[in-house]
Amino acid sequence: MKLLYTLIPMAPLLAAIIAGFFGSKIGRTNSHRVTIAGVAVAFLLSLVVFQRHVLGGAETFNESLYIWMVSGGIRFEIGFLVDNLTVLMMLVVTFVSLMVHIYTIGYMVDDPGYQRFFSYISLFTFAMLMLVMSNNFLQLFFGWEAVGLVSYLLIGFWFKKDTAIFANMKAFLVNRVGDFGFLLGIAGVVYYTGSLDYFDAFNAAPAIAGETMNLVGGAEWSAMTVICILLFIGAMGKSAQVPLHVWLPDSMEGPTPISALIHAATMVTAGIFMVARMSPLFELSETALSFILIIGSITAFFMGLIGIVQNDIKKIVAYSTLSQLGYMTVALGVSAYSAAIFHLMTHAFFKALLFLAAGSVIIALHHEQDIRKMGGLRKYMPITYWTSLIGSLALIGFPGLSGFFSKDLIIEAVHNSSIPGATIAYYAVLSGVFITAFYSFRLFFLVFHGETRMDKHTAEHAHEPPGVVTWPLILLAIPSVLIGGLTLMNVGFGDYFGNAIYVAPEHDAVKAVAGFTDSALGMVKHSVATLPLYLAAAGVFTAWLFYLIMPSIPAFLHDKLGFLHRMLNNKYGFDDFNQLVFAGGSVGLGRFFWKKGDQTLIDGAMVNGSANKIGSLSGIARFMQTGFLFHYAFAMILGLLAMLTWFLFT
Amino acid sequence: MSHLLSLLIWLPIIGGIAIIVLGDSRSRPFAAVVSGLTLLLSLPLYFSFDRTTSDMQFTELAAWLPMFDINYSLGVDGISMPLIVLTAMINVIVVVSAWEVIKDRPALYMGAFQIMTGLMIGVFSALDAILFYIFFEATLIPMFLIIGIWGGPNRVYASIKFFLYTFLGSVFMLIALIYLYKVGGSFNILDMHVLALAQKPQIWVFLAFFVAFAVKIPMFPVHTWLPDAHVEAPTAGSAVLAAIMLKMGGYGFLRFSLPITPNAAAQLDILMIALSLIAIVYIGFVALAQNDMKKLIAYSSISHMGFVTLGIFIAFRLAVGSTDPNTAALGIEGAIMQMVSHGFISAAMFLCVGVMYDRVHSREISAYGGVINTMPMFGAFMVFFAMANAGLPGTSGFVGEFMVILATFKTNFWFAALASLTLILGAGYTLWMVKRVIFGEVANEQVAALTDINKREFWMLGSLAVFVLLLGLWPDLLADVMHASVENLVQHISISKY
Repeated sequence: MKLLYTLIPMAPLLAAIIAGFFGSKIGRTNSHRVTIAGVAVAFLLSLVVFQRHVLGGAETFNESLYIWMVSGGIRFEIGFLVDNLTVLMMLVVTFVSLMVHIYTIGYMVDDPGYQRFFSYISLFTFAMLMLVMSNNFLQLFFGWEAVGLVSYLLIGFWFKKDTAIFANMKAFLVNRVGDFGFLLGIAGVVYYTGSLDYFDAFNAAPAIAGETMNLVGGAEWSAMTVICILLFIGAMGKSAQVPLHVWLPDSMEGPTPISALIHAATMVTAGIFMVARMSPLFELSETALSFILIIGSITAFFMGLIGIVQNDIKKIVAYSTLSQLGYMTVALGVSAYSAAIFHLMTHAFFKALLFLAAGSVIIALHHEQDIRKMGGLRKYMPITYWTSLIGSLALIGFPGLSGFFSKDLIIEAVHNSSIPGATIAYYAVLSGVFITAFYSFRLFFLVFHGETRMDKHTAEHAHEPPGVVTWPLILLAIPSVLIGGLTLMNVGFGDYFGNAIYVAPEHDAVKAVAGFTDSALGMVKHSVATLPLYLAAAGVFTAWLFYLIMPSIPAFLHDKLGFLHRMLNNKYGFDDFNQLVFAGGSVGLGRFFWKKGDQTLIDGAMVNGSANKIGSLSGIARFMQTGFLFHYAFAMILGLLAMLTWFLFT
Repeated sequence: MSHLLSLLIWLPIIGGIAIIVLGDSRSRPFAAVVSGLTLLLSLPLYFSFDRTTSDMQFTELAAWLPMFDINYSLGVDGISMPLIVLTAMINVIVVVSAWEVIKDRPALYMGAFQIMTGLMIGVFSALDAILFYIFFEATLIPMFLIIGIWGGPNRVYASIKFFLYTFLGSVFMLIALIYLYKVGGSFNILDMHVLALAQKPQIWVFLAFFVAFAVKIPMFPVHTWLPDAHVEAPTAGSAVLAAIMLKMGGYGFLRFSLPITPNAAAQLDILMIALSLIAIVYIGFVALAQNDMKKLIAYSSISHMGFVTLGIFIAFRLAVGSTDPNTAALGIEGAIMQMVSHGFISAAMFLCVGVMYDRVHSREISAYGGVINTMPMFGAFMVFFAMANAGLPGTSGFVGEFMVILATFKTNFWFAALASLTLILGAGYTLWMVKRVIFGEVANEQVAALTDINKREFWMLGSLAVFVLLLGLWPDLLADVMHASVENLVQHISISKY
């Protein structure tokens, strides 16, 4: 069995190595063949694992692969933990990755870095699989940083573009801020349990719950709260939660396929996955849960608002991703881990679909990304149109589609939660429904409906891209419709996860929801009597009114509410602030330390200063100073010998 | 009794002299043979090393100056052995790096490096304090020559600063050694380890050692010689300086300060920890402000050495009173891991700068931009080593820092938090340099005219990359050999000397 599990991440790794090192030898076609084969193997084997664990009810697999190092009484290991949570993540990662691999054949067809791109995305698949399959914190951190590395390489894939190489550095550094917390959190776990193994940590967790740490002044902090918040800071980096969200919109500088794979479906959800995996720890700190809840609400609400004013097709989808990640985080905050993972899964499908559809539009229009220069594309690209419609409806929570179940479950769970902050969070996610529907259909109407605003030449050449692009869209549209309804009762309500997720009975908000919706159909019926459905409808209607019927309204609002628009356009000033204070401040501080500390104080006053002092005092002895270093050294050795003799014979 | 260590010391020294005597024309193949043989001979040290004991191995003993009780005494344990193998490896890389680059007096250049290698191996294997001191000081001479002859325009200032700084530092060590001889009647380092000393003399001895080793490694605030020396030194000189010579400081702390003056170290450890954290954070910021690639990497080295001293000195918070000897061992092993890893990574970084310098003759970041367009293979290496320098897991750069941070967390949360800032700062200064040098549009005609690395350069960087990856993916290769010795060291420091 171990061999089977090992093969799953190794197949894409091997493919990445072949395409990366021998890509120019084996050529473009063979490069995409080998990488697609690698990911396909991983996907098929994941299905086998699904069959074994989920259908066959096999025991949780938890074994180490090899010992990385032993030191200080701690075993640092590489190993796998496969339970139903892992299986779900493996399927999502390998399926979306496979779709993106196929899609890339069409998207990157003219790119000189074709082989390199395939190598990177296969490497990413390997790293992501190692992350989700880990049974210990060390390997988790490995996967965590490795996906960050590939993300860095892929955002900067077009390394001649100034914006791209700025964005990738920014992404890496902001993630490192998160990792700073994450690493300390891991160190905290090791401090209290003496082990990096998940199960050791989980088993020891109740005992740690009583421990306190003295951090500032005399205030005692619960150790578990400190550890959980530190770990969550890591998740805030990777899953782009405010204020560490700033890298994700910029990451759109990378090619669209990776925006779908890495910056929507998989890598950015690693933080969500991590917190769900650590549920036995997080359940012990209500303070940490509240913190998560507040951060998630802020992200869900405020990032959605920015989506309204963006004009770049990818940026809109990116802000939508931020907002949806906020929803998942909110779910984590109310202990609805199953709902968070459920939304993670449905979101992976429909958001990957939306990104790939956006990419399809972008190639059809020769790399035009401004939605003001699109319009009326419905008649040129029917497949892209219909799949986009499905993706958008799934995103806004149209009853019966995947996103409906996961999002409504989160909203209901928040409604039923007693975690401090749940009330504010409820209003945030509720109003988020309207915002989501509004920006999604603003995008949809401006791109596919209305008059054609491209120049004539572009419009004439706009057509549906080849099958390698459209088939992935269709294949992603199917789960976007079906997966939510099919898995609501087990994945959504959490029975599916068994022991993989732990929820303290007093926190169990999802259970309360289960009381009034006993089936997927029941949930659809129930929604008719609740607010989200009407908020979503209102959002779509407003978008339709504003952008298809009376375009004068948004123009009017733009004039009247200029300050609001500017604030949203400036993304609340996060970027300017970071650039000025953190980036500028650090370099300024560095320069100050260097010039004043190293050069003036240490070298100027102490080193050269004392040399000069001695120089001026020894004017009398100048005749001895020949200026040859050897003479000085010789004199020193003589002196030392004299001292040596004195020491020895007295 | 084997004479392996003697061979490892004297083969490169005599070989180096022979290279100089034989002249320029055949210097390269001779240097290749000498360095290759030295490396081959160093391998049995690793493969026949007995991992179960903390006793010295491969020992040699001969009377040298009987009237002063000074012996020619050699031996290695799990702390010194990895450093010797590292020295022999880097020596081969040095020869490869200089192969067709050094045109001015190549015999002297190659010879000096071989001699220096022998002397450095002597430092790591000497068990007699005076023998150690002589090797320790003698390494200065070839390095002084290398910087002074093949260095940059400001080489005279840099080489004299380097020489006097480190020479002055070690004078204090000599006084301490003689004092210890006066008290204990032996120059044998292992005898000194068990010497009873009251608190006050311990403090003086500790401070004397501290000056010598702090300058060498270097610690804040006695670090300013290093950036100057690196900037002026030729590529291989920088590589050896960063990869090996700095480690002589860390090794000195482990071999002398810790076991001989544990009570003094325990009393002053907060000072050491503070200086280490300043090195990590303050120097990290200073590195961010550099415009010269070599200076940037030099500052990055000082910052990374902060982890070595941090890992070493938190041991006292953990081991004294024997509260947590395991974690103390984790910190010390982390420090050694960091030393070895930094040996590979810093050498690679300096060689990368050297590759560009050989072509463009500038070290300024602003002289470059978009190098990857004309040197894709080199760019890939540079990005890889930069990531290793930033401590990416999977590379050796992560291992030592991770171990030290884990251990530090047990002493104090805020110490660990400050040390962890390196995650951000290290990535900041390294990746910003990479962005400005490697990525982007071709910046100027010189960059446009660049040619990618040749086979020689490929193997030079490639072999370093292999070791960086190997240690990152399987650090037990190294950790396993030091357990016994480090455990013994931790026991030593937890026993009071009076």
